[in-house]
Amino acid sequence: MSTQIRKPFDLVVAVPFAATLVLILVGSVFYPQMLGLDYLSQQLQIAAFLGVIAMGATIVILLGHIDLSVPWVLGGAALISTTLAGTGDPTLTMLAIPAALGFGALIGCLNAVGVVILRIPSMVWTLAMNSILLGSSVLYTGGFNPKGEASGLMSFVATGRVLGVPMAFVLWMGVALVLALVLHRTGFGRYLSAIGYNEKATYLSGVSTPSVLFAAFAIAGVCSALGGVLLAGYANQAYQSMGDPYLLPTIAAVVIGGTSILGGSGGLVGTIGGVFFITLLNSVLSVMQISEAWRNITFGLIILVMLLIQTLRRKEG
Amino acid sequence: MRDFLRSNRREVIALAVLVALLAVYLGTHPRGMSTYVMTIWANQCLILALAAIAQFFAVIVRGIDLSVGAVMALTNTLASHVLGGTGIELIGGAGLVLLVGVLCGLINGALVVFGRIQPIVVTLATASIFVGLALILRPTPGGQINYDLADAMTLDVLGIPTALIIAAMVIGLFWVPLRRTGLGLGLYAIGSSEQAAFQSGLQVRIVRMASFGLGGLFAGLAGLYFSFVTTTGDAGIATNFTLNSIAAVVLGGVALRGGVGSVIGAFAGAFILKTISALMFFSGLPPLAQPLVEGLVLAGAIAIGGAEILRVRNRLEVFAR
Amino acid sequence: MTPNDPPIVRLKGVTKRYGATCALNDVDFACHPGEIHAVLGENGAGKSTLMKIISGVIPPTEGAIYLDGTETTLASPRDAVARGLVCMFQELSLVPDLSVRENLLLGAPGSGLGRLPKTAIARAQQVLAQIDGRHISMRARVADLSLAERQQVEIAKALARNPRLLILDEATSALNASVVDKVFDLIRAESARGVGVLFISHRFHEIEALADKISVFRNGSHVDTFANGAHDYSAIIGKMVGQRIDDLFPPKSPADPDAETVLQLEGFGWGEALQDVNITLRKGSIVGLGGLDGQGQAHVLHGLFGVLKNTSGRIVLEGRDLALSSPKQAKQPDIGIALLPEDRKTEALVLQQSIRANMQLAALGTDGVRASDPALYQPYLDALELKYATLDQPVGQLSGGNQQKVALTKWLALKPRCLLLADPTRGIDVKTKTQIYGLLRQLADAGTAILLLSTDYEEFIHLCDETHIFYDGRVVRHLQGDEVTANNILSAALNMPATEMGAEVAHA
Repeated sequence: MSTQIRKPFDLVVAVPFAATLVLILVGSVFYPQMLGLDYLSQQLQIAAFLGVIAMGATIVILLGHIDLSVPWVLGGAALISTTLAGTGDPTLTMLAIPAALGFGALIGCLNAVGVVILRIPSMVWTLAMNSILLGSSVLYTGGFNPKGEASGLMSFVATGRVLGVPMAFVLWMGVALVLALVLHRTGFGRYLSAIGYNEKATYLSGVSTPSVLFAAFAIAGVCSALGGVLLAGYANQAYQSMGDPYLLPTIAAVVIGGTSILGGSGGLVGTIGGVFFITLLNSVLSVMQISEAWRNITFGLIILVMLLIQTLRRKEG
Repeated sequence: MRDFLRSNRREVIALAVLVALLAVYLGTHPRGMSTYVMTIWANQCLILALAAIAQFFAVIVRGIDLSVGAVMALTNTLASHVLGGTGIELIGGAGLVLLVGVLCGLINGALVVFGRIQPIVVTLATASIFVGLALILRPTPGGQINYDLADAMTLDVLGIPTALIIAAMVIGLFWVPLRRTGLGLGLYAIGSSEQAAFQSGLQVRIVRMASFGLGGLFAGLAGLYFSFVTTTGDAGIATNFTLNSIAAVVLGGVALRGGVGSVIGAFAGAFILKTISALMFFSGLPPLAQPLVEGLVLAGAIAIGGAEILRVRNRLEVFAR
Repeated sequence: MTPNDPPIVRLKGVTKRYGATCALNDVDFACHPGEIHAVLGENGAGKSTLMKIISGVIPPTEGAIYLDGTETTLASPRDAVARGLVCMFQELSLVPDLSVRENLLLGAPGSGLGRLPKTAIARAQQVLAQIDGRHISMRARVADLSLAERQQVEIAKALARNPRLLILDEATSALNASVVDKVFDLIRAESARGVGVLFISHRFHEIEALADKISVFRNGSHVDTFANGAHDYSAIIGKMVGQRIDDLFPPKSPADPDAETVLQLEGFGWGEALQDVNITLRKGSIVGLGGLDGQGQAHVLHGLFGVLKNTSGRIVLEGRDLALSSPKQAKQPDIGIALLPEDRKTEALVLQQSIRANMQLAALGTDGVRASDPALYQPYLDALELKYATLDQPVGQLSGGNQQKVALTKWLALKPRCLLLADPTRGIDVKTKTQIYGLLRQLADAGTAILLLSTDYEEFIHLCDETHIFYDGRVVRHLQGDEVTANNILSAALNMPATEMGAEVAHA
């Protein structure tokens, strides 16, 4: 599914999967339950929240951009969906998910306006966007945790199971598959990495680069919003700052998955590996019952090691 | 003069905006231009300004530092342990705090220079480590700072806020001289064109390391000054300061593509940002609306800066970096 | 300065490889004190690689460097400058965001990271004064200077470093003749003081005027070294190219004045930069756009490719008016306009991507074209004889000439009815040039209308059917048939009446 590298199991892509496997095997020596189906399927469910968001982030990072509005697009989508579902009105409840996703697409487009039309660095503009959304939600909720609840459908996609497989995971794979098809069947994937490498040459090749950027940011917005819907379904509520813990792990998952932060090379498959790795790493660290402090430290160190490995791999390749 | 204005256009605009904002602030404040008001305002500004300078040193060499806030958290929690004593202990303690700051910066620098990983990703990972260390030092906010020292650094001297004196010293005794050294030139050269800098005979690696070291030093100073203002240690301040430091340098005219901007601009940006918040506080806006207005003002300011591009008549020119 | 002095620099068995490509192959080379040594060769012959090795920018893969007879390793440009090896690079080594003064200080000998010695400034100002650069303000930002001014600063910067060996890599390409003369006087003075000079230029008369010795490189190998004057022009070209090129240009087909009009510009303009341009492009014709750099001819191509906003006048394509707003619109088959942009590396190709991906990028998103069909590209790859290992090879690994072939193929695959070319043969080896000329002629004969912007007047004479010469945003002359002579082209480019120029051009 990588857009640049043709071989599907390129080494760079294989690294995070291999590392995930090592993590499970080493962890299971100390905690045999890690090999149990219960544990693994629970991890798939948790990975799906990060995974859905990271799919969108991969697309934006392939372009050589970054979306820092993830936390409050996620938070806003959760807020919108739980508010609508919390009214109890059947029509509004049904609209909960579409409205949240529409919100994500809208913010994605607003992100693109700044980046594409005003040519503001995406890191700055999406950050400003994030603070506007934060401000709006503070104004709306009065600074308290909002009322409202998840709809049945939201709870089902977040926590339900189909034949023992977490629904959230199925949804994540569905999103990944759809995006992969879009990337491959249309020129979209090609455009993404060509723009990531050289936007001017891509434009002069007769590619409508503004449309590609708009679409990419909109997709990222929808993915973040979907993450918000899932989390709200999981927690049966929206809460302040619920998206904050997802921003940096998302970027880490994408980069560990072999996508260059400078844009151009990488792809969705690697990111899936990166998401597995980050999720399991977090889980192993919490299973080991070490303090939050040491969890942070170990997390940072392992990410650094992974980055060094990826850099070495790329140099060889 | 024309050359000067042309090459420092962004800073001049930022300073003008700051002066205007400050005038409005002092005009609307119920207690006017009193030392008390000025001191509180200057203290808040200086914390962010020091963080923004830390960010400046990453951005000027075409990087970005997501660990500024984390280094602040680490040095702040450390200070809450080592700055409780008196006399010589305080000097040693402050020295230790700054040393840790520099060390953090050098670790970032080494990973960027020798590990060849992009700064944004490196600092994303090290930030996690630094915050972890801060949490070990202070799992919950607490500790204390010697009050005499804290007062000396955060009140006023003959009616002039100490924070402003420190700011003036950083610019006059540190930045202006540094700008004229080989290192100062080198920072800009690397950010503007690394290839040209290398071919001109600049020691690119050393300069880049030094830049990250200086960034760490200023993040440490920011953490230290934060300790003086709050007199406690808190490991939870990282994210906020990191993001605000980026916003501040952008408002201060430092180009994220590197090579353009100055410490003075970073100062101006930070002061603008904090003055807007302070203004909001006294403006009679409902408190709940303030974060939104702040966000809108920030976005508006950035958008106006970008609006120039709409006048471009050749569509290829927008791709120039 | 006797011939027995050891050379300032001597390379022995130097090889430089980038992956599979060999940029320099087992080269022996020397430059002595007081010698002006010209290095000749086509693009990709290895000249620039040689200079980079001598100035410490890149290390050789194999072989040894001797300075004054002692084997030495050059660790960095800084190291080389400290040993008196100073290079003025083709890609300028000035930092755009710093002032002229700061650039002169940057990395000057004796400067560290602390205080900067100001001695370099005075010397540089002295040099600038000698080469008509007195007007350049020390406080001006380099990015605000013109290319010529930057080259002047670059020369001053190099000389202020007290070189023992001065390396000039296309150092004067943007300077006008009188400034070039002054630069040459300076170089001669330096050489008289015992400084060695290595000199790369594409202007043959400059080399004749300046060099003591000439070395020729071809395909990464050092072919020959001889005294200036030992061989005549055509013999030297023969050494550079390695084969005789009898006919650079294909025979011209007679133009058909009644062929149907494909594209017509009527009163076309773009603000101040381009005014009242009228051009008619007929089926099967090649129309040249000439003039000095930046006189508006590039705007015509951009305007026809939908890149410019707010153009005035009419673009008429086969009888209907066009309003173009993007390259995407221009490339669609109902319009069928293609542009080969000026800068291969930043505009025409995505260097990191494969040959295949680059070729397909234009075809993707074009109506009625299946981009993945290899048959679209193969005929042009064959006609141009592209040399490649696999189509998955990144384009960045190819030589300049081969890169240009990929860029051309990418657009020809769309079978445009109107092909816009911005200086397609600039910096390209002679063999590739003949292939490109041959293909363009074939395309024209098959009915494609071609608009060719060029800086090489030979192309107007031997390839184009007619030529429009631009000056200050306007077409000042429209040359057809017998009027298309070097004389007329050059005088029109300078906006002078043809007769005044006659004598001067004849011996240029």
